[in-house]
Amino acid sequence: MENPEKQAVPEAPVREELLRLENLKKHYPLRRGFFETLVSRNEMTVKAVDGVSLSIGKGEIFAIAGESGSGKTTLGKVLIRLVQPSGGSIFFQGKDITRLTDKQMKPLRKEMQIVFQDPFESLNPRMIIKEIIAEPLRVQRLAKSEVEVEQRVKKALLDVELVPPEEFLYRFPHELSGGQRQRVAVARAFIVNPSFIVADEPVSMLDVSIRAEIVNLMVDLVRKSSASIIFISHDIALAKHISDRIAVMYLGKIMELAPAEELVDGPLHPYTQALISAVPVPDPESKRTKDVISGEIPSPVDPPQGCRFHTRCPYAHERCTLEEPLLVEVEKNHFAACHLYS
Amino acid sequence: MPLLQVEDLTTHYRIQRGWVRAVEGISFNVEQGEAMGLAGESGSGKSTVALTLLKILPSGGRIRKGKIIFQGRDLVPLAEKEMRQVRWKGISIVFQGAMNALNPVYKVGFQIAEAIKLHEPEVSGHEVNERVARLLETVGIEASRADNYPHEFSGGMRQRALIAMALASSPTLLIGDEPGTALDVIVQAQALKLLKELKDKLGLSMILISHDLSIIAETCDKVAIMYAGKIVEYGDTLSIFKNPLHPYTQGLIKAFPSIKGPRTRLTSIPGQPPDLLHPPPACRFNPRCPYVMDICKKEEPPLREIEKGHLVACHLY
Repeated sequence: MENPEKQAVPEAPVREELLRLENLKKHYPLRRGFFETLVSRNEMTVKAVDGVSLSIGKGEIFAIAGESGSGKTTLGKVLIRLVQPSGGSIFFQGKDITRLTDKQMKPLRKEMQIVFQDPFESLNPRMIIKEIIAEPLRVQRLAKSEVEVEQRVKKALLDVELVPPEEFLYRFPHELSGGQRQRVAVARAFIVNPSFIVADEPVSMLDVSIRAEIVNLMVDLVRKSSASIIFISHDIALAKHISDRIAVMYLGKIMELAPAEELVDGPLHPYTQALISAVPVPDPESKRTKDVISGEIPSPVDPPQGCRFHTRCPYAHERCTLEEPLLVEVEKNHFAACHLYS
Repeated sequence: MPLLQVEDLTTHYRIQRGWVRAVEGISFNVEQGEAMGLAGESGSGKSTVALTLLKILPSGGRIRKGKIIFQGRDLVPLAEKEMRQVRWKGISIVFQGAMNALNPVYKVGFQIAEAIKLHEPEVSGHEVNERVARLLETVGIEASRADNYPHEFSGGMRQRALIAMALASSPTLLIGDEPGTALDVIVQAQALKLLKELKDKLGLSMILISHDLSIIAETCDKVAIMYAGKIVEYGDTLSIFKNPLHPYTQGLIKAFPSIKGPRTRLTSIPGQPPDLLHPPPACRFNPRCPYVMDICKKEEPPLREIEKGHLVACHLY
C-alpha cells in the first residue's frame, strides 16, 4: 500500500511558489451496465491522475511529457479546475482552491488560462477574431468601454504578431491558417494578463516549419509577463529546448522530474530512458542500436501493482511488483520514482 | 533497371476555382530492395504521390502527364481492371491513422482474409486462414488474435495488423503513408523497427512518406524532399542529411528540435506554404527563401546533380 503522506512535494528551485499540487488525483468512474452493478460492487475507475505532487514557481516554464494515456492532459485540466479533482489539494498563490465553487473560482479565472491543442476546434467558427479574443475581457468585465476592448484586442494581435491587427479583427477562423489560428488562441489566453497558463500540446497539430514560431512566441510572452506556463507535450525533444523543468508522467504518476537538460541528457528512470531512446534523430549515421522496449502503456483502469512500469521495465525485480516507489530526490533537484535509487 | 521509375509525374485536383497543382513534374526511382523516403509538410503533395502510384485518387484528381513505370510497364494508361492486378500484389499501401483504417464491425482476421480473397480468388478458404495466421505472426501478433475486433487491439497492434494486411498478397513494393504518425514515440519506434525487419526479411522495396525527417533518416536509403508539389532535393540519405543543399531542406532539418546537443532557440521557416491553386512563379520556395535572388522569381531551377547521387533544384548551385 502506498503512503501518500510520505511523498514529499518536489520544490521549484530558487523561485517563489505559484502553484502547488499535493497528491492530486482524478479518477473517472466507468459507466457500467445494470447487470455488472449487480455482480460486482467494486466501482471501476480510470485513474487518469493518481497522486501527483509538484510545485511550480513564478515565471517558470514547466513541461509535462508523456505518452497518450499518461494523464498529462487530465492533469492540465484538473490543476486549473476545469475538471473537479477526486482527491488531493491544489494551492494557487498560497490559497487552497481545491474545493472552491465556480462562483468563487471566477475571479481566479483571469489568472489562469489555457491554450488547447487543436486550433481548428478551439475557436468558435461563427465568431470573428475580435470577438474571440475579446471574450475573456467581456466575461471578466475587464474593459470599461468598447473602445478599450478594441484597443486591447489590437494590442493582443500585435503581441502575437498578427499584423496589421486591423486586417484580422473582422475575419473568421476559417479564413486563417493553422498557425494563425493558434496565434489567436494564444492572444485570447494572454489578453487578461494571466499569471498562469496551461498549454496543452499547442503545436502538435501544426507543420514542423511553423511550430518553432508559435513556441518561441509563447516563451517570449511568458518571459515578458513573468507568467508561469505548464507546457504539456508528448515531444520531449521540444520540451528540452524550451522548458526550465520537465516532469515525465506514466499512467497517472510522475516518474521523473528534473531540470530540462539534466532530465534529457541524464535520465535516471528506466521509463524516461526508454522514452528518450525511442525518439528518432535526424542523423542517418546514428542508426539505433538500443532495443526498443516492448509492449504499450497498460490500461489506467487497472494499473499494474507496485511500480506501474514494472511490466515493461528491463530492470524490474521482485520489489517492483510489490511496492510502489516514491518520487525521491536522487540528485539535487532531480527526482525519480524508481527502486533502483531508493 | 529500377523496380519503379517515375517520370515527370503531374497530378492535379479539379475544384470549382481551378486546378490544384498538387504534384508537378516529379521524377524518382526505387530500386529493388531499396527504401525511399518522401518527406515534406502537409500540402507538399507527398500523399498525392502515393495515391497516384496506385491510381486511387479521389474524384477530381487527375494524372495530367508523366509515367509510372513499375516492373517495366507504365501504369498510367492501364485500365481499372488491370490496375487491380497491380494493387496489393505489386504495390501495396499502409495508410496513415492506424486507429481508423480498420472496419470496427469486422474481426481483424476476416479483414485480412478479405484482402487475400479479393486479389487471389483462386486460393482456398483453408489456405486463406493459414495465410492470415502466418501474416499476423510475421508482424508479431499471436495468430489467435485474428478473432478479435479492432477495438480489442491497442494502437500499436492495429498498426501491425494494417501492415499484415498490406503484406497479404506478398507485394514487391510497400508504400507507408505516415505509418508512425498517430502513434506514441515508443510504439512508433516499434512499428518502424518492424518495417525495417520486414524489408530485410522479405526483400521488400519501400516508399516511406513522412513529415518527420528523423524517421526517414533512420529508415531510408534514399530521400526526396518535396515542397509545394515538387521535389526540391533528392539523393542518398547520408549526403542529404550531412550536407543539405536546398534552403528549404536546411530550414526543415533545423526546425526539428534535436534531443541531443545543447539547448538552443528553435528556428522556423518564415511564411506559409503556398496556395497550390496559384503557386508562386518560377521557384515555388522563393517567397520564403532567405537567399532569394532575382532569377528565382523568373526562372524555375531544374533538378540537377550537384554531387554524385545528390540532386537539388536551386539557383544557388
